[in-house]
Amino acid sequence: MDDVAIIGIGMHPFGRFPGKSAVEMGAAAVRAALGDAGVEWSDIQFAFGGSYEVDNPDSVVNFLGLTGISFTDVYNGCATAASALTMAANTIRLGEHELGVAVGMDKHLPGAFAADPVAYGLPSWYGETGLFLTPKFFAMKIQRYMHDHGISPETLARAAAKSYRNGALNPDAFRRKELSVEEILASPMVNDPLTQYMFCSPDEGAAALVLCHADVAHRYTDRPIYLRASVVRTRRFGAFEVHSPWLPLERSDAPTIDASKAAYEMAGIGPDEVDVIQLQDTDAGAEIIHLAENGFCKDGEQEELLANGATEIGGSLPVNTDGGLIANGEPIGASGLRQVHELVLQLRGDAGARQVPNAPKVGYSQLYGAPGTAGVAIIST
Amino acid sequence: MGQRSVSEDLFEWPSEQPTLLATKCDACGQVTFPRQDSCGRCGKTAVSDTTLSRSGTLWTWTRQRFQPKNPPYIGTESAKDFVGYGVGYVELPEGRVEARLVVGEDETLEIGMPMTLTVVPFATDADGTEVVTYAFAPGTGE
Repeated sequence: MDDVAIIGIGMHPFGRFPGKSAVEMGAAAVRAALGDAGVEWSDIQFAFGGSYEVDNPDSVVNFLGLTGISFTDVYNGCATAASALTMAANTIRLGEHELGVAVGMDKHLPGAFAADPVAYGLPSWYGETGLFLTPKFFAMKIQRYMHDHGISPETLARAAAKSYRNGALNPDAFRRKELSVEEILASPMVNDPLTQYMFCSPDEGAAALVLCHADVAHRYTDRPIYLRASVVRTRRFGAFEVHSPWLPLERSDAPTIDASKAAYEMAGIGPDEVDVIQLQDTDAGAEIIHLAENGFCKDGEQEELLANGATEIGGSLPVNTDGGLIANGEPIGASGLRQVHELVLQLRGDAGARQVPNAPKVGYSQLYGAPGTAGVAIIST
Repeated sequence: MGQRSVSEDLFEWPSEQPTLLATKCDACGQVTFPRQDSCGRCGKTAVSDTTLSRSGTLWTWTRQRFQPKNPPYIGTESAKDFVGYGVGYVELPEGRVEARLVVGEDETLEIGMPMTLTVVPFATDADGTEVVTYAFAPGTGE
């Protein structure tokens, strides 16, 4: 499918912005994306807005203009941005509208997320006893994965060090200080085997895309990027997922594997054709697991790949070239659109100091998180 | 002061040999923990009460080293007094159960080690009542 084009991208940097609301950041991201596309807000026919903290992301119209368009708000866990993008693309494919916006914004408090487990279909005791936490899930998933596939703590630290190194090259990143493998391993243990600097932080920020039907893309730009696939999947029975008081003995594939396979099929593109990759790195272990779940290597091959620098900007599998979640943090509603923003920059050749060499043509992004939801997008020149 | 269970429908208590309370699907036989009125696998609503085996092996683990936010956590120790707790999945014949683990801060945990169900206090109500929950401790329980 190549009937939807991305013609504009915009970001409000990720980080901490006291006194600035998520909605103001969302409006700034839309304004940047409109400017990039060379269109006015009054030209936009529809929008999808994603957020966790804001009930009404559509309030960006207060700052952009009240034009009466169809504007739908989306929340879908860590795949919120993937859902906004997928629905925006489908609106164009259905022929309902030709030119629209997908925007995501959030403003989280510092520290791990806290919520009422009952709102997730779980019993109160799960939260009361200190089990309703996402970081310890990621720790237990990588702990088992390291045991099964021979991954070392050094490899986790290498993944994080790469993200800090890339973040230092990205003026919009939250964390821009390089950290060595040794410093990452020596930082306080948070949830064994994951140390403080192996985790991303919830933070603040916004990102937006302007999308149109591929047939009209050249009206707006001479270098459109095509959305080849955008897919959301949820956990199946037997998947090892966040917020699971129990797991059956029978195991099934993670939702990322399902979303990834569906996206490759929809795009008619295989993992060997992907030139630049964005993976959900809630923690360094997640990035290691997601390399395999998205088809870029076999389980266990990460140990050698990372030792050889394969996931660096100049490597054979450039991953999280803007620093990923570890360097940018995770404003949930915006996170997946930041991933696509980075891929578009890379495919246009506009990524500056962090540009992947040899004119990358295909980009791949993946989101994963609570409550067992994954999103995958594939874009190409 | 007295003790109370964090949830009446979670484990048999008080008991010398506490067991976790589960449901078994009348249609497909899947065992679901904790108890719920439908099957976690097929969604059918005809389920019967059952209990889980008390011993199994450690399938994966971590340690919770930062204090969870209250709420939803009901532990009231100050952040500086928080010593953390083990968390893991213990593989029982009926399924893998997530649980707090009773282990010292520097005690070694290893995937595959035998674990047995116990009941431990983990919080104290404003009136001094200790709140207990289920946990697994190293050992075969024999």
